[in-house]
Amino acid sequence: MFEIGLGHYLMLGTIIFAIGIIGIFLNRKNIIVILMSIELILLAVNINLVSFSIYLNDLTGQIFALFILTVAAAEAAIGLAIIVIHYRNSGTIRVHEINKLKG
Amino acid sequence: MIIHSIFFYIFSIIAVFCAIMVTVSKNTVHSVFFLILDFITISCLFIMIGAEFIGMIMLIVYVGAVAVLFLFVVMMLNVSQQKNEWFTGEKNSHHIPVGLLIGTVIFFELIIVAGGWKYKPELLKNFSSIGIDLNTTNTHEIGKILYTDYIHLFQLSGMILLVAMIGAIVLTFRKREGIRRQSYFKQISRERKDAVELIDVENNKGVDINV
Repeated sequence: MFEIGLGHYLMLGTIIFAIGIIGIFLNRKNIIVILMSIELILLAVNINLVSFSIYLNDLTGQIFALFILTVAAAEAAIGLAIIVIHYRNSGTIRVHEINKLKG
Repeated sequence: MIIHSIFFYIFSIIAVFCAIMVTVSKNTVHSVFFLILDFITISCLFIMIGAEFIGMIMLIVYVGAVAVLFLFVVMMLNVSQQKNEWFTGEKNSHHIPVGLLIGTVIFFELIIVAGGWKYKPELLKNFSSIGIDLNTTNTHEIGKILYTDYIHLFQLSGMILLVAMIGAIVLTFRKREGIRRQSYFKQISRERKDAVELIDVENNKGVDINV
């Protein structure tokens, strides 16, 4: 209980990952919160990689966490740009009003 | 060691609470603030277990750039006052129980995998191909393998950032009416004979400037 091992960090990553997925599914507000949930999921993946890297004594996990950070930054920038032009075109970013593709 | 576990529990409770608040809070600006607090907490955890470089880079990239970008977009689009319509959306929408079911199933699957995960003690001793040398700093170690073994991936991630930057500019760029812009092509293609005219001026007559 008081000896913090790899399992504790994996559990923390699991909980944050599940919160991110549930946040994507349950969100009815606007699409920015969905992007924030995706950021939470990437954060959970980073927790997993870094804790494995520390406890297995191998730096490769931290390198990959760095690359995930890069991709997350690029994804946030592109996603927010798409949201901005969608808001400019249709005046709303509520999730259930985005139905131009009729999906 | 007891201090380590106390700090781990404090930080992880704050992180999980903030992650929940990101998804359930009514105001989008509050969600962004909780996201920032979550990133700060997780980077504190990373620094605590010895991955200082990743922790600091997370502070700079996430808190300094990504979260501020989120905040900027939320305030620019003026959506912060939209009420959260969680369970009162459309009447015949079935995706909320399905979403809850899928999220719960994924959570318990991951709990089973992460909780039942075991490794042999001798694996831990000779698993490492690139061992962490405790005599040098974490940043030094990462630099030594990031710029040698992973140099191509590193440059590729730079290309990803370049493409993202150009893509964001191209997506949000628009031409507006009624604004005078500098036209480089017209400026450069302007020649002497279009601009300057030589006139022989007779004595005591002058020239008409307004021609």
